[in-house]
Amino acid sequence: MFTPHTKTEREEMLRAVGVKSMEDLFVAVPQKFRFPKLNLSPRKTELEITSEMSELAYANESTRDLLCFLGAGAYNHYIPSAVDALVHRGEFFTAYTPYQPEISQGTLQAIFEYQSLIANLTGMDVSNASHYDGATATAEAVILAYSNFRGKRTKMVVSPAVHPHYRATVRTYMQGYEEVTLIGDTPSDPLESPDSLISLIDDQTALVIVQYPDFFGRIYDYTKLSDTAHKNGALFAVAVNPTALGILKPPSEFGADIVVGEGQPLGIPLSLGGPYLGLFATKKEFIRKIAGRLVGETVDQDGKRGYVLTLTAREQHIRREKASSNICTNQGLMALSSAIYMSLLGKQGFRKVAELCYQKAHYAAKEIASIPGFSVCMDTPFFHEFMVCCPQPVEQINTHLLDHGILGGYDLGKDYPALKQNMLVAVTEMNTKEDIDIFVDVLREMSNG
Amino acid sequence: MAEKTIYELSSPGRQGVQFPEADVPASGMPKEFLRKDLPLPELAEIDVIRHYTHLSKLNYCIDEGFYPLGSCTMKYNPRVNEDMARLPGFAFCHPLQPDETIQGSLSLMYNLQEDLKEISGFDEVTLQPAAGAQGEFVGVMVIHAYHKAHGDGKRTKMLIPDSAHGTNPASSAMIGYDVVGVPTDARGNVDIAALKAVCDDTVAGIMLTNPNTLGLFDENILDVIEIVHKAGGLVYGDGANLNALLGIVRPGDLGIDVMHFNLHKTFSTPHGGGGPGSGPVGTNKKLAEFLPGPIISILEEGDDELPPLYGFKQPKHSIGRVKSFNGQFGMHVRAYTYIHMHGPDGLRQVSELAVLNANYLLSKLKGTYKLPYDRVCMHEFVLEGKFDDVPDVHALDIAKRLMDFGYHPPTNYFPLIVHEALMIEPTETESKQTIDDFADAMLKIAKEAHESPELLQTAPHNSPVRRLDEVKAAKDLVMCCWLPDKAE
Repeated sequence: MFTPHTKTEREEMLRAVGVKSMEDLFVAVPQKFRFPKLNLSPRKTELEITSEMSELAYANESTRDLLCFLGAGAYNHYIPSAVDALVHRGEFFTAYTPYQPEISQGTLQAIFEYQSLIANLTGMDVSNASHYDGATATAEAVILAYSNFRGKRTKMVVSPAVHPHYRATVRTYMQGYEEVTLIGDTPSDPLESPDSLISLIDDQTALVIVQYPDFFGRIYDYTKLSDTAHKNGALFAVAVNPTALGILKPPSEFGADIVVGEGQPLGIPLSLGGPYLGLFATKKEFIRKIAGRLVGETVDQDGKRGYVLTLTAREQHIRREKASSNICTNQGLMALSSAIYMSLLGKQGFRKVAELCYQKAHYAAKEIASIPGFSVCMDTPFFHEFMVCCPQPVEQINTHLLDHGILGGYDLGKDYPALKQNMLVAVTEMNTKEDIDIFVDVLREMSNG
Repeated sequence: MAEKTIYELSSPGRQGVQFPEADVPASGMPKEFLRKDLPLPELAEIDVIRHYTHLSKLNYCIDEGFYPLGSCTMKYNPRVNEDMARLPGFAFCHPLQPDETIQGSLSLMYNLQEDLKEISGFDEVTLQPAAGAQGEFVGVMVIHAYHKAHGDGKRTKMLIPDSAHGTNPASSAMIGYDVVGVPTDARGNVDIAALKAVCDDTVAGIMLTNPNTLGLFDENILDVIEIVHKAGGLVYGDGANLNALLGIVRPGDLGIDVMHFNLHKTFSTPHGGGGPGSGPVGTNKKLAEFLPGPIISILEEGDDELPPLYGFKQPKHSIGRVKSFNGQFGMHVRAYTYIHMHGPDGLRQVSELAVLNANYLLSKLKGTYKLPYDRVCMHEFVLEGKFDDVPDVHALDIAKRLMDFGYHPPTNYFPLIVHEALMIEPTETESKQTIDDFADAMLKIAKEAHESPELLQTAPHNSPVRRLDEVKAAKDLVMCCWLPDKAE
């Protein structure tokens, strides 16, 4: 399968190598374990595998089959046809990491443009070429802060309203840093305002990290928190939803030093959770501390503009055990997808999508709030996701919604036991008024009234 | 002329994609939170299509030609994989959907876990890690968690042979281990005496790349594993070179405790110009409870009427999550497709032909280029890109000159234990004819190195750009293109 060798060629090649049979190439392998019989299903042809896979895919009910009001870190957005048409070009997806710049300018310039787009969207000075996803980008922000203070500051203040998967990932990544403490993320009331983190910040704090809009959908002005962090000499990091930045102030305006985020909303399919895109951007002063690849502009020997991977001396293959991260393969093709998406939508289209999300979410919130027993239980502005307090556990409501072909909002009780009647509802440009009205009607069937 | 950037192509007022007008009554927006300017470019759809099409043409890729990049396994990426990952039922499922709505995907992931276990000889597999490097990190964390669970706190050293992959030291350091190097012996194996000398009760484990980065299968592999195990350490296998071992030997059978897979190397998922990868991790029984989750399992067995019910489980003493959601699912679909199109015989054939191609190419080059370890190689081999009689021609020059012949260069300057290394991995998807042509080019370049070295030193001559000024890039640090009105 996918190997072009004829029997004659194989024999010629074995002769040229100087061995009698294929088996002779493997004499270094312990004989006892050589050539195990693998108990795998027999090979299928393309026709057969296509049919098997179609059946498996058909066994799912996707957001194409269900009305989707589920978000919680991954969002159902429209992806213009041109994105995949370009990403599907073999020149992009069958190329390796651009270590040979003379024959990789396509990838390099596209990453340079991606870095530019992300820097401009977040208001930061510089973006890297991507991390794996929002969670690992958040963990890398913590590592950056730790190494920024050379290990002298060991407190990381983490808002409980940062995505639970991001917080869990940070905890995993910190297992090797025994002196580091993560505080703030397990308060008695997970819904307390970010200002309650202020009292946790002191001269041992390396980093304060929040989400914007936060995991519950709330929008806060983080200026006071950021100022307190900076007064104490700490760094301030913000995990963003990039779509929201189509209308919302970039985090640079309240003093973010590091911006991370999940880039999936930027033209990347939901695909059950991956591959996604980890956004990572900082102020200029941290440029040498950023993990992962960076593309810089330069010229070739004829003076022609070109691009190369730069500051590679920071990376694992050069610094080896002194590198702060081991990332090498990143999410290159997803970064390309997002660059194409942002270019296609442009200034106007990107803002339009953000406005549509905002307007439809607010319409949905108003309608849901009018159902007896349901309320939109938040007192802050929100973007396209909001918390609904339900008369029954969310689990029961979602079962009922699914019976009606609706993918209900996220059950916050899964991560915050006290919030098992709180549903996190996401609305995007994909939801029509009619969808929203159906959703509201089915919810009404579950009302107390 | 250099291709303009998307910002340079921008023209105020243009828009590539239109969206419908809002069909709901307008709500007021929170003024204090609104941004003033959104500095994104403005282009028509055709501008975007042409721009990225132009950029694509500046890339070399597998679809265009031979890509013998050692350690990267640049095999053909089957088109059917791409179509399968784009099936709407796979591409458009939300990661947090109820289990009963995603049984197709969960069954695929479960069976991929099972397939990887069977191929590698491990007892448990997690699909969560995002890439090989993250898989390595997971492997090291699992080892760390195991020793911790056994109250064995004094194990602080991770042994790394000098023929191991470059990420290994960084992965070890991320968990706080002290890295201790182990040299290679004259046959390209781990130096047993040196290994014994550093093995004591402070050793957490060894990170073994086998076949190693010289492309050689360690002839003493069972001894190496036994020595480390006897010292109470665990053995991590770097699975980046698994393309040599499918149906040939199972790392789990050899006694390796934990290993990552690179779906984007061995199982044909595309490299994407730098990612995404996918780095599942397999372990034997004693480490399984520490793996990151969630792992897919059967919650209720099926019967004649009903298929099994699949769901998520978290290993008992899991090190925790290493990313959001469920791993790089799109890559799982591709790898599953690939494995099922091969079956057991097809997979063995993959490795046999990968090894045959490497040895055949080696047989053609070793009389001309110096071969530091002269043995039958596995899927790749390392030559010296240096001739004693032309000291001013370097491996880099040979690499760049290959571009003029229409090839992607091999990996160079790695592994570090070979002087001016050229690391060559042809993969099984290349024909004898392709390899013959490439060998001819390599031999011609060797001749040129002696007759007209400047041809190599000034190469490439036909690429979209010539050699680039990397010092300038690192000094100026221009990482962004700005809108005209933001230009300084």
